[in-house]
Amino acid sequence: MTRPLRLLLSKAGLDGHDRGIKVVARALRDAGVEVIYTGLHQTPQMIVTAALQEDVDGICVSILSGAHLALIEQIYEFLKKNKMQHIPIILGGIVPEEDFKKLSKMGVKKVFTPGTSLKDIIDFVKSNILPQA
Amino acid sequence: MKFSTISDLEIKEVYTADDLKNVDLEHDLGRAGEYPYTRGIHETMYRGKPWTIRLFSGFGTAHETNRRYQLLLEQGQHGLSVAFDMPTLMGIDSDDPRSLGEVGKCGVAIDTLQDMEILFQGIPLDQVTTSMTINGPAMVLLAMYFVVAEKQGVALSKVGGTIQNDILKEYIAQKEWIYPPRPSMRIIQDMMVFCTRDVPKWNTISISGYHIREAGSTAAQELAFTLADGIGYVQAGIEAGLDVDEFAPRLSFFFNAHSDFFEEIAKYRAARRLWAKIMRERFHAKDPRSWKLRFHTQTAGCSLTAQQPYNNIVRTAIQALSGVLGGTQSLHTNSLDETLALPTEFSARVALRTQQIIAEETGVVNAVDPLGGSFFVESLTNTLEQEAKTLIEKIDEMGGIIAAIEKNFPQQEIARAAYHYQKQLEQKEKIIVGVNKYVQTEEESIETLYIDEAIQKKQVAALKKIKQERQDASVREVLEQMKQAARGKQNLMPLMMEAVRRYATLGEMCEALKTVFGGYTEKAVI
Repeated sequence: MTRPLRLLLSKAGLDGHDRGIKVVARALRDAGVEVIYTGLHQTPQMIVTAALQEDVDGICVSILSGAHLALIEQIYEFLKKNKMQHIPIILGGIVPEEDFKKLSKMGVKKVFTPGTSLKDIIDFVKSNILPQA
Repeated sequence: MKFSTISDLEIKEVYTADDLKNVDLEHDLGRAGEYPYTRGIHETMYRGKPWTIRLFSGFGTAHETNRRYQLLLEQGQHGLSVAFDMPTLMGIDSDDPRSLGEVGKCGVAIDTLQDMEILFQGIPLDQVTTSMTINGPAMVLLAMYFVVAEKQGVALSKVGGTIQNDILKEYIAQKEWIYPPRPSMRIIQDMMVFCTRDVPKWNTISISGYHIREAGSTAAQELAFTLADGIGYVQAGIEAGLDVDEFAPRLSFFFNAHSDFFEEIAKYRAARRLWAKIMRERFHAKDPRSWKLRFHTQTAGCSLTAQQPYNNIVRTAIQALSGVLGGTQSLHTNSLDETLALPTEFSARVALRTQQIIAEETGVVNAVDPLGGSFFVESLTNTLEQEAKTLIEKIDEMGGIIAAIEKNFPQQEIARAAYHYQKQLEQKEKIIVGVNKYVQTEEESIETLYIDEAIQKKQVAALKKIKQERQDASVREVLEQMKQAARGKQNLMPLMMEAVRRYATLGEMCEALKTVFGGYTEKAVI
């Protein structure tokens, strides 16, 4: 039997809006995912270090402050330094559509914006992120 | 089928006189302007004084925001309300590595006095009142505002406005803090003492339920946690050696106007009655001004949808109406594009006009508390008061709000309520038009405000220039004095104003206090 999916959930940057990520964390946990929640105010380096230590299958980042481009770019820099760029990133938050392309070019697998249903998030995660062997 | 409010409070089919059997109309309701103020704090309400139209605004550098303020004042707005960017809210400078990508994004960037001078250029501070949404570094921004007044030649006794300065709800909901709860309360005590003596028209704390509700609480939780915070501040003021009637009249409140129309109106009415009783019975305040709960209202940002964004105008109008029927003293209406970005000039104008339509076209301002006496509204007011009272008693048993926060109690209650509501949405037990019903596959796209990444470079360059031009030694000297004062009992406010005059940066001042008070990290719980 494969082990359950292990995801890191994190609030990046200075933004304190954690309602969404906490709701998603509870929903993923209820759906059988192993959730590691870092809490607030994480720097890109802290996120990558946590992902490494926790040996996760994917990273879910929540940013509602508009700082997503700069922060995600830095997360990828640290991932590359640690040869972890294969780890999928999902972004949730207030993200203008004109940034979607730039984010996907950086490697972001999916951006979820306000109003997304929990079911859509769970379905996406389960069919697109696989537990590493 | 169950009928319930958005907070999942069950509602009966019809309410009658039987539901008000236990209400003493004379004592529990009375008249507007009379204890316990259920019907409003002023006898004539909006006939005597309309609510203040106050739109929360700020973005980019102080130059951009100053232009927006001038425009809003020209269009008939009454007072200003400053939104700061994330680094400012956290007490760090624009050139700090942690500020990367955040400068000027969700508010205006302020590093030194110079930014505040630009922000209020051409705006005489004795003629407008200003509300500042700032908490962790509130003392720094207040000191900057007072020094700007000083430079304009305006006496502090003539300066009026409000600073949010509600750190307790930061730990509960908004999560922008610098120091741990107890030293933060000491800073607030210093501000209360200073303003009580030197700036008597300043509202020292805007005790805020808004963010608690946005974080997912129910209406009753919003009410309970906000008033419990209020109790915490009144105790702090008394412990600082002030008489309750010296400072309590300058405490104000700030509530959310969510989508459940009657539940919100009942919430405001219950808030007034509950606070009046707390102030009179628990704290033995004698001045009627201490009993009156004055409040600002903002429509619910979390109720707005990115889908079919024009529908947000309708949501905001209905929410704003609940605030008015609930007797608010000032009001912010959200713009239709706020789930996507900060408002454009167009969307901010629609939000402003929404209030003007309610005030000047609908006639709802003609009679005081027009819903007073409604079987349903009075019964719901009682229910909310009772639910909030039970929660406040629970917090009292835990040893007060700070102890409750340290036990994660309000945080967990809110997270649970948020998840419950989200599950109800998934089951379509609760509806959001355009999101889980009446969904459109083709979405209309709207123009939004885009904050240029170049803003950060501009702001950092200006900051660098100031650091070169000022006298570093005199800045270091005053920062040292601040640390000394922080270790002892000397009031920090005058020293903070001196540091501001010498162009110390926000980050330097907060860092100096942090060396004494320490920082704060929240235990990460889901």
